[in-house]
Amino acid sequence: MSISVQTDDFDVGLEVAKLRKAHADAGAVVCFVGQVRDINEGDLIGNMTLEHYPGMTEKSLQAIEHEARKRWNILGATVIHRVGILKPQDQIVLVAVASAHRGDAFQACEFMMDYLKTQAPFWKKEHTEQGERWVEAKASDDEAQARWKDTL
Amino acid sequence: MNIKVLYFARIKESVNYSSEELALPTGITTVQLLKQYLSTRGDTWAKIFTGKLVVRAAINHELVDDQTEIKAGDEVAFFPPVTGG
Repeated sequence: MSISVQTDDFDVGLEVAKLRKAHADAGAVVCFVGQVRDINEGDLIGNMTLEHYPGMTEKSLQAIEHEARKRWNILGATVIHRVGILKPQDQIVLVAVASAHRGDAFQACEFMMDYLKTQAPFWKKEHTEQGERWVEAKASDDEAQARWKDTL
Repeated sequence: MNIKVLYFARIKESVNYSSEELALPTGITTVQLLKQYLSTRGDTWAKIFTGKLVVRAAINHELVDDQTEIKAGDEVAFFPPVTGG
């Protein structure tokens, strides 16, 4: 399991290759990449600042991977989340999961993203032409997390 | 008992503190009671800690609910619902 909270960008190809090469028994690597959108709630987004809770963030990402391992056969996983100032179309998050067969990797990757959205202590502040505003949490993200309840 | 309290995101901006060391009066033993105690500091604090805002709490980096007990030396954090990813 590799976890990184960083200001720097990341190379998806490189991260997938590292995960793949570290696990000769992996038949599948699934990855999710999130990027900053240029429009939110109808407004053009200039920049975005991502704040987090150093210490808790890393622990919560570890805990999310641990929860995924209880549910699926995962051989390895990589989570990278960026913080600081980001602009539209910047990569913001990577979750990559390796497993022997694709089903486990597909599901674990989606599960880990859903948990990250509702559990990991990150907060987004958008800078629009109307000024700065904190992004509101979405009920749909809670619902996305809730649907995994019965998978354990 | 002494604890450390951290504030994040819009709560940090509203109260204008990112962290503080607090000597809690006797009887402030849970997250709920700490919220009530902080809400007596003025309008801004009352709006956050007794208002309709959803305030999440963590103790020593673990998400907790309002009934969770606070112990000496704990690091208690208050923040809005998370919006990463």
